[in-house]
Amino acid sequence: MSHITSPVRTPLVTGGKTYADVTEDVSRQVEGRPTREWTIAFTISVIVLIYGAACVFWTWWEGLGVWGLNKTVGWAWDITNFVWWVGIGHAGTLISAILLLFRQKWRTAVNRAAEAMTIFAVICAASFILMHMGRPWLALWALPLPNTFGSLWVNFKSPLVWDVFAISTYFTVSLVFWYIGLVPDLATIRDRAKSKVSRYIYGAFSLGWNGSAKTWARYEYISLILAGLSTPLVLSVHTIVSFDFATSVIPGWHTTIFPPYFVAGAIFSGFAMVQNLMLIIRVVFKLEDYITFEHIESMNKVITLTGSIVGVAYLTEFFIAWYSGVEFESYAFINRATGPYWWAYWAMMTCNVISPQLFWSRAIRRSVVWTFVLSVVVNIGMWFERFVIIVTSLHRDYLPSSWAMFHPTLFDISDYIFSFGLFFTLFLLFSKFLPVVNMAEVKTVIKSSSETLPKSVSGVAKGERVTKPAFNKDAE
Amino acid sequence: MAESHGSASKFLVGIFDDDDVVLKAVKEVKDAGVRIHEVYSPFPIHGLDVALGHPRTRIGIAAFLFGLTGTLTALTLTMYTEKLDWPMVVGGKDSYSFPVYIPIIFELTVLFCALGMVGTFIVSNGLGPTVKPLMFDLRTTDNKFAMAIDLGKNKLDETKIEQILKASGAAEVNVKQF
Repeated sequence: MSHITSPVRTPLVTGGKTYADVTEDVSRQVEGRPTREWTIAFTISVIVLIYGAACVFWTWWEGLGVWGLNKTVGWAWDITNFVWWVGIGHAGTLISAILLLFRQKWRTAVNRAAEAMTIFAVICAASFILMHMGRPWLALWALPLPNTFGSLWVNFKSPLVWDVFAISTYFTVSLVFWYIGLVPDLATIRDRAKSKVSRYIYGAFSLGWNGSAKTWARYEYISLILAGLSTPLVLSVHTIVSFDFATSVIPGWHTTIFPPYFVAGAIFSGFAMVQNLMLIIRVVFKLEDYITFEHIESMNKVITLTGSIVGVAYLTEFFIAWYSGVEFESYAFINRATGPYWWAYWAMMTCNVISPQLFWSRAIRRSVVWTFVLSVVVNIGMWFERFVIIVTSLHRDYLPSSWAMFHPTLFDISDYIFSFGLFFTLFLLFSKFLPVVNMAEVKTVIKSSSETLPKSVSGVAKGERVTKPAFNKDAE
Repeated sequence: MAESHGSASKFLVGIFDDDDVVLKAVKEVKDAGVRIHEVYSPFPIHGLDVALGHPRTRIGIAAFLFGLTGTLTALTLTMYTEKLDWPMVVGGKDSYSFPVYIPIIFELTVLFCALGMVGTFIVSNGLGPTVKPLMFDLRTTDNKFAMAIDLGKNKLDETKIEQILKASGAAEVNVKQF
């Protein structure tokens, strides 16, 4: 690690933290008893989860007829929610993989929680796949398994099958990446544990890690390769999700702009969700020195960039619809903006295109309240984006006699609520039992990016740095 | 492989407070003719493995081979199911139509590569849920850096090595027996 930092860089760790402080500040939450806020939040989440699970069970028991779908609109909230959650699940791996390759050191404080969020969001997304299958016990039919129907295989030419592969690979690789990053921190908690039970449990999960130079060298190496693998992977997932639509011949779906447009939207909504979670975590767990305004601002910049890309994509769709001269394509877009679902379209435009532009102001970018509110707005907008794409394209069928509207039922709404219960239950469990900030990685940036370096961290005063050894050629 | 250690190896453990100091100390201690068993740290220190003279990890080769296995699996799977076992024309494409299988080939390559590499990482480091960690000092997962020296594998005597460690910046020197 290079310990030379340009003076123009703003610090990533404030408050003059030492290595021991990092351990203490992050482990405190794991070791202490659950706080009142946590217990209340967890109870609410579990109640929501139980209510939602009962509704999902009823959806399966009765059949998908309990949803508001009809012959014309055969996909609505289920796929909207699926795409929404998968999109949210893009931020974590983007932060830990792409930002690692770009050597963005601010990722160190947020990658752990963002990756956890990714994993839970993908679980929520998968739950909608199972739900919309209607018969979840037959989900294995989506896999190329030898079967009793003769030589009946899955259709590898279908984007829906690609999706099965893409999302399960994404989930597995993200989980593995996250877990490998957790191992050294679990070892820290194991070595601090006072009770036998926690020493045993954290001991088992930390796999006997002892931080030898050899293991660290391999750890760094595989982190780099995992980042290299995850970078195209994270881009492939939403690309393939967009193929579900783009390879069909529905006006409004059949466009080549979909892959980049979906990926940008995914990162956009994912970062908004990370903001929401991190803003709460930093206050509740008292981690303001690690998740600083610098981090919030960096993420807001990503939100502005991806939000602008999404805005350009919306305009391009309109332009191409007109420029192509295809009557049906043009109608689909005019209908989006001025048809019966105009309110959904304009909600999407306002939330996704206009509101993130406020982040051009530095004061708003660094404001906790603005960031929180705008992040919620962005995720509302991104939900509407998927709703607009799916429902407004479907509700005007090829035959005007089939034209219909979609009206959500209690079960459409409750099954969506279920995913929130699931997400927050998992996230709260994570935040209580696992370190929410990657301690080992934050320790690597302390010297280079700390506001003030206390003498005690190193025994070497700031300024009189130990010269880098000549053999240290591999250093950044 | 995990560090092999005899039934009753005696180690001198130099505890350092700083990553820069320990990195510098590795060179000094080695120059003084002491064989270092291993250095333990709470976070990765760049260049430490090079300084210690550890060979470059070959895990990348394993990763490549696992990735290749994934590619070949995907090619075999799509070729067998769509060309040999039940040829089917969908969407006007050939029964075996390479471009449409690229997503499957890509995903399986990544999946095999990631899982295989992480598996190799766990096995080659001797890690596992039932492994008891070989800790020279519990503080090395918190804020200290430990340099372990196997006395059985060094010709210099204990007091001399202790002096060298102290001179190179060790805050304390402890004896640890396994």
